[in-house]
Amino acid sequence: MRTIDKLLTDSPTFAGLLAAQLEFIAGCGRNEHVPAGTMLMREAEPAERFWLIRRGIVALELYVPGREPLVIETLEPGDVVGWSWLFPPYRWAVDGRTQGDCHLIAFDGVCLREKCESDHDLGYELMRRFAADIVGRLQATRLQLADVHGNVPTTA
Amino acid sequence: MVPTSFEVVEKRQDTADVWTLELEADSGQPFEFQPGQFTMLASGGAGEVPISISGDPDRPERLVHTVKAVGLATEAICAAEPGRVLGVRGPFGRPWPVDQVDGADVVIAAGGIGLPPLRPAILRLLARRERYGRLLLLYSGRSPDELLFTDELEEWSRRGVEVMVTVDAAGEDWDGHVGVVTRLVRHAKLEGDGLVVMSCGPELMMRFLVAALTAQGIGADRVYISMERNMQCAIGRCGHCQLGPTLVCRDGPVYRWPEVSPWLAIREL
Repeated sequence: MRTIDKLLTDSPTFAGLLAAQLEFIAGCGRNEHVPAGTMLMREAEPAERFWLIRRGIVALELYVPGREPLVIETLEPGDVVGWSWLFPPYRWAVDGRTQGDCHLIAFDGVCLREKCESDHDLGYELMRRFAADIVGRLQATRLQLADVHGNVPTTA
Repeated sequence: MVPTSFEVVEKRQDTADVWTLELEADSGQPFEFQPGQFTMLASGGAGEVPISISGDPDRPERLVHTVKAVGLATEAICAAEPGRVLGVRGPFGRPWPVDQVDGADVVIAAGGIGLPPLRPAILRLLARRERYGRLLLLYSGRSPDELLFTDELEEWSRRGVEVMVTVDAAGEDWDGHVGVVTRLVRHAKLEGDGLVVMSCGPELMMRFLVAALTAQGIGADRVYISMERNMQCAIGRCGHCQLGPTLVCRDGPVYRWPEVSPWLAIREL
């Protein structure tokens, strides 16, 4: 069975980190098997953990009063779920639900954040990688917002 | 330039505003075409529009078009019932390079109503499946209700296409991907110099797609797209479909990405 530090290298977010850095991050994590339909996080609640998906899909949802929850994005194996533990006020911005049974690595975000405060090399590396993830998903969100599949007025 | 009469013999509604019509020539002649080509289609006096052929190129006895009703001419075409006669000119345009990619891994990237123009290519690739490596379909739509050919997606998957579908937004009853096609690129694990991409969909989607592919190390020269522009004559005479130094009806609609990318960034074009 592969250890968590080895599993981390499968994710684009963590691949390329130094062995000692991977070992420390792995020390903050543990394997979890999460059944389908589990709410990993709810909007506005404290963000103290984050997850790496090994298997399964996690749906990010928005609660809109009077409507069913709106799924705005699904995350896949290799994706990191949750950034809010990194940035004040450390509260979740969306809901997150396992779409099927999932195998996740759950990380203690508070512990890791405190380590980044003292180990700036690790902090820089994690910030750089999470920033790349955020930029990629921001670009995807912009394309969603453009509603390119919607109708454009035409005489055709 | 003179339209040929084709009778609507079968019609089905795919989504709230998309219909597929199957036509047969009044003459009884088969309609030979290459994947990626289009016809100029007309219903009565409502005008003539370029519509990509969505049928099987190995079954030319029926001319198949999948049409989205977005204006006067397309609404008239979509309203045509079996027995109605439509005017057809064509086929026109440069096709997908399906006969030039033997041995390659082929990625079909389609957005919304961009899937019908790619359907003939998918069917031709499947008919000669042994000639290719991986076949992948990355398909994005606005919502689950607006996805096309959902029954065929399952059949294509059974026949050896890796089918990945995503929608822009969904409710809890959708258990598939939610997000844009560029996210599928990330998870498709594409690699190799032998990869070829054929894409059709909203122009913005294709621009973002190429950016995502190049970020994964896939050269832009491996990407073919199908362009859409206002067309009138479709035979390279009127100039309405001009895109830079090219005419989409004659030099397209299928282009290799580097052929048109400089022009796509110019807003006035």
